[in-house]
Amino acid sequence: MNQPIIELKQVTKSFGPVDVLKGIDFEARAGRVTALVGDNGAGKSTLIKGLAGVQPYDGGEVLFDGSPVHLHHPRESARHGIEVVYQDLALCDNLDIVQNMFLGREEMAGGTFDEGRMEVEAAAALQALSVKTMTSLRQKVASLSGGQRQTVAIARSVVKQAKVVILDEPTAALGVAQTAQVLSLVRRLADSGVAVIIISHNLQDVFEVADDIAVLYLGTMTARLTARETNPDEVVGYITGTKTQEAAA
Amino acid sequence: MTTETQGPVVEPSDASPAAQSLLGRGVEQGVFEHGRSYLRRLRGGEMGALPAIGGLLVLFIIFGSAHSAFLTPRNMANLITQAAPLVVLGMALVFVLLLGEIDLSAGVTFGVAMAVFVKYTQPDGLAWPVGLALAMGIGFAVGATIGFFVAKIGVPSFVVTLGLFLGLQGVILMVIGAGGTYRLIPEPIKAIQNSNMPVWAGWAMLAALVGLLVLVAMWDRWRRARSGAPNPALSIVLLKLGTIVVLGAAFVTFMNLDRGRAAQAIMGVPIVVPVVLLIGLIGTFVLDRTRFGRYIYAIGGNREAARRSGVNVTAVKWSAFVVCSSLAVLAGVLYVSRVGSADASTGREIVLSGVAAAVVGGVSLFGGRGRLMHAAVGAFVIATIENGLGLLGFSAGATLAVSGGVLILAATVDALARRRSGGGSTNS
Repeated sequence: MNQPIIELKQVTKSFGPVDVLKGIDFEARAGRVTALVGDNGAGKSTLIKGLAGVQPYDGGEVLFDGSPVHLHHPRESARHGIEVVYQDLALCDNLDIVQNMFLGREEMAGGTFDEGRMEVEAAAALQALSVKTMTSLRQKVASLSGGQRQTVAIARSVVKQAKVVILDEPTAALGVAQTAQVLSLVRRLADSGVAVIIISHNLQDVFEVADDIAVLYLGTMTARLTARETNPDEVVGYITGTKTQEAAA
Repeated sequence: MTTETQGPVVEPSDASPAAQSLLGRGVEQGVFEHGRSYLRRLRGGEMGALPAIGGLLVLFIIFGSAHSAFLTPRNMANLITQAAPLVVLGMALVFVLLLGEIDLSAGVTFGVAMAVFVKYTQPDGLAWPVGLALAMGIGFAVGATIGFFVAKIGVPSFVVTLGLFLGLQGVILMVIGAGGTYRLIPEPIKAIQNSNMPVWAGWAMLAALVGLLVLVAMWDRWRRARSGAPNPALSIVLLKLGTIVVLGAAFVTFMNLDRGRAAQAIMGVPIVVPVVLLIGLIGTFVLDRTRFGRYIYAIGGNREAARRSGVNVTAVKWSAFVVCSSLAVLAGVLYVSRVGSADASTGREIVLSGVAAAVVGGVSLFGGRGRLMHAAVGAFVIATIENGLGLLGFSAGATLAVSGGVLILAATVDALARRRSGGGSTNS
């Protein structure tokens, strides 16, 4: 449990002359929620895209379960069990919940869909996250609320048996009650043994759900904190660059 | 807003009651419940083919009471052969309409294929199966060309297929020669639209269809039960099968009535019926039960989501255009079989009727929504308007005007349904 499932060592990324990531150390542990915070342009998205395999890092090392890996394509990330839940959710409105959860990795039997098996697995995944608010697994996603859609998107990663789930601003478009629902979902996801990385601008959410907080400031990791031992003011200080911490926590 | 749900929540999920209840939820337990959830979907804007079926009934009532010849077996058989090419063309177009694309060249594609087919199967020419293979090859090639430009390069399908619509008319002219007409020679091709099955074969066809549907239903239920997923009530399946049996039996009986003029009896289900049925069944199987079909819907619903889920968007789009053009050639076969010849204008006008058929039947122009069956119903609406107004002595002009009005009406229904189901947000 002490070994991080994902460990980044001095990763760098530049776009032409602009160094977006200037040697980042970062880690995420199974069963813990790690919040990645920082102002716009701090490099959060670039860091995430590297893990997702969408935009490979230029330099540095990525350790997965202690052994070095190369994430040069989304498929490689997926093979290691790294799943990204994007901000805009990426669900197909015209498909139902089960179809969305299994899109791209349908269960087949005899050349055709094994719908029953997919339904059973989808129900199990939603149940593992204690989701009870769906009327039917065969509901079209178009008819779901924002929070429910977020739930389906997160449950997708459970169906895929992800080891690392990266959530990009999962509460950005949600109301108060739905935000609370999704945050407790994130908590349960981590409790089930998944390493969760959450990007958020909302420090209230971060402190509610995160175990560890990593702060990016202009392409450098300025602070790695334990949520319990810090407070919003301190984090805001690191985000805006008025505070610095040399040694990693 | 503090949520302290810290305890271990995950337990073995198969046996837990919550999973079972979520699994069972929405699985209809009876005919009544099935009806209720259908009504709920209707209110949510998922109307499917219902407006078209309603419209078809209204048309039948109007034309049936306006002209005594309309509801006769002879005219119904005529209507079927009239509608058949449009049904297949509409089904072909569904494959690209579901992607949110369009193929304006589908008609002239079959025009080229049929010009070649008819010209080269003249008595001194090729054997008809060879000619047919050649025609299918032309459809495949045109579809692959459209797919290359649309899926690979990213040119809008409207532009690519409009260009082909013009260009392929030129090709037809070159094949046929200006003002030329070739008579269709091969007897088996003529027979499709001009001959009928023996009386017993009509019943055999219905029995085979129902048997197939029963087998599929049983296979599905057995497989769901094996995975532990609850099945909807058997009564719903029986109701659906029963409806098909009753309507099918009525149809076969009606078609088996003698519709000859005097001395010679004409009876039996037209051969084109099992041909179209087979195309529809295979196509529906592909769309509903294979990855290719599912990904067509997914791309039509949210292209980016499909891509991120690992769907090879380019390959699926490309293949869909190939399927569309190839099916369009089959529609062309039914067309020349009925008309009996090919000339320079073959397939020029019908493509817009094909799009109209699909849209009238409830296939969304915005992509992601629609079934092959919808295109078939829509095609019958268009064909019924032509047939009925023709019987009543209206001019071709009036028929075109009414068909156009129906198309606009259907597109309006589509746009309203889309607004209602909130499907407008993702496909921007």
